[in-house]
Amino acid sequence: MVRKTAGQNETPLLEIKELQTGFKIGKNYYNAVEKVSLKVDRRKIVGIVGESGCGKSVMSLSVMQLLPQGIGKVRGGEIKFEGRNLEKLSEREMNKIRGKDISMIFQEPMTALNPVFTIGYQIEEVLLNHEKIDKKEARKKSIALLKSVGIPRPESIVEEYPHQLSGGMRQRVMIAMAIACQPKLLIADEPTTALDVTVQAQILELLKDIQEVNDMAIIMITHDLGVVSEICDEVIVMYAGKIVERTDVMELFDNPKHPYTQLLMNAIPKMDEEVETLATIEGLVPSIQKMPQVGCRFANRCPKAMPECTQITPALAEDEPGHEVACILYENSKQPERVGDR
Amino acid sequence: MNMTETRETTAQPPETEKEVLLDIQNLKTYYPIKGGFLKRTIGNVKAVDDINIQIKKGETMGLVGESGCGKSTTGRTILRLLTPTEGKILFDGKDITNIRGNELRKARQDFQMVFQDPYASLNPTQSVGDIVSEPIRNYRKVSKKSLKPEILELLRRVGLPAEAYDKYAHEFSGGQRQRIGIARALALKPKLIVADEPVSALDVSVQSQVLNLLKELQDEFDLTFLFIAHDLSVVKHMSDRIGVMYLGNMVEVATNKSLYAEPLHPYTQALISAIPETDPKKRKERIVLQGDVPSPANPPSGCPFHTRCPMAKAECAEIKPALKEVKPGHHVACILY
Repeated sequence: MVRKTAGQNETPLLEIKELQTGFKIGKNYYNAVEKVSLKVDRRKIVGIVGESGCGKSVMSLSVMQLLPQGIGKVRGGEIKFEGRNLEKLSEREMNKIRGKDISMIFQEPMTALNPVFTIGYQIEEVLLNHEKIDKKEARKKSIALLKSVGIPRPESIVEEYPHQLSGGMRQRVMIAMAIACQPKLLIADEPTTALDVTVQAQILELLKDIQEVNDMAIIMITHDLGVVSEICDEVIVMYAGKIVERTDVMELFDNPKHPYTQLLMNAIPKMDEEVETLATIEGLVPSIQKMPQVGCRFANRCPKAMPECTQITPALAEDEPGHEVACILYENSKQPERVGDR
Repeated sequence: MNMTETRETTAQPPETEKEVLLDIQNLKTYYPIKGGFLKRTIGNVKAVDDINIQIKKGETMGLVGESGCGKSTTGRTILRLLTPTEGKILFDGKDITNIRGNELRKARQDFQMVFQDPYASLNPTQSVGDIVSEPIRNYRKVSKKSLKPEILELLRRVGLPAEAYDKYAHEFSGGQRQRIGIARALALKPKLIVADEPVSALDVSVQSQVLNLLKELQDEFDLTFLFIAHDLSVVKHMSDRIGVMYLGNMVEVATNKSLYAEPLHPYTQALISAIPETDPKKRKERIVLQGDVPSPANPPSGCPFHTRCPMAKAECAEIKPALKEVKPGHHVACILY
């Protein structure tokens, strides 16, 4: 393992270029993720925000190579993890990376754990798969892991089954499994959505602590801007399979540029403000079969839409240093979309 | 909480003389735990344990708390979907605690419910027209046809197109389904609507549409709401007064402004502090509660919150504090006050 070489920041930990992931409906493929490019640097927490159906989970499943077989398929672009193209790896090689270098936690801690195996067994399975240790050591290590994620009386919890734990505890077990082999990248897909706010606060603190101790990068997928503002360094806003805005977290909340981002922010009721009516976004995300091929995908719901919006496909371009947006209200987005920007 | 103190509320001066629509006194709802060979009751899950609520006409009362705190049970008991173990429910001056059969059926015209899951709460085999007109057909002998204009008007009012009348629930998105659920609840022109987590299954942009709609409808139909949710910012946006529940107990009741400006109960403070801040510059040191909510089958002695309370003292394990008014309109159950 070359964990200590993290100082060189020439190769990003994860680099996705022009990713296109499609789903088969009838005989045709329709893209749920359309030419998405992004980079995740070591030790960074990158948030991906968007509403249901914006492609955020599909993108993470593409990275993990866990798309439903025969239905979902990466149809273009590259996913490079530490310089290796994950698409070109065999299933065996990918199995070595999955759970070890990249791991994932899911939204539903109730369904992500296997109900017929003990907690201990499920954590040990990860360890035995990836590390050269025996069962005894694995048991010891899994107790230590449970302790590190704040589970009380870990010695007896290892013998228990998932149904005996509360939602927050199960999510902690999921996290313990995910960090068992000290991955370099953790993909957290809505890890706190199913939890109560007080438990959510506990889990977010825990993720932040682990990230610091383990020098891990996190991709935090969420629909909750509050969660983003709490823990992320960089934010990507997605709409209908495309990135519409990308910048660091302070800048995004100070100066949201894309009309979609602005609406999302005004749609949430705030604790310290009194507003009579909340901002709404009329209409619906177009279904992937009916996605407009030319023009901005948000145009039909956008309050600032102009006639050109349906003719020019906006490019994701820097409007200010470090702040990219894909909307023709900003001059740089008007250039035709860059192809194969290397 | 009684009528006299409402006069002291300084926040909304002239309207305080409004009539009380719903008055809940010492309500307890227990679920029995059956066990053993003879399936005897061996214990009780004290889902709602002695709470008092008063809701005035035209008011929105919010109920917040974590899962398992009894907020949904409270809502369901008020609608008499559950029978209370003890206590009284007075609706519009009438005692509905133990009414049954036809009397209950008639009383229910005045209170309706909007459910959390817009996918599970609509019958997939009925058309939207059937779903929305069913409550009316249940009480009046009228044909579906003659009701059509009325139903179309209701659909229009909740923001659905007239074509929706002949469609089925699966043809709609989550937000639109919730609108169907709202239209159904409005069909009988009820006085009280209990909305149990009506937006928690929806995306934020759709959530705001539904919240705006509920507010508009309240003014238009002169509705009283009991708004149950776990999301404090949503409850704050919707409610005039808010009750915070913990383990079947009401720990704090206050107007929405004073609850957020000055939460008194340590649990309320922790709950407010746990909400993710939507401004990254305000990332704060938060009160992070340890552990989970204890089981309501075996609640802790004394104050139900003392096992997780950062300010707990020795007495807290012994004395169960009563809800008392510490400021005009602001009630709290904690021995610190």
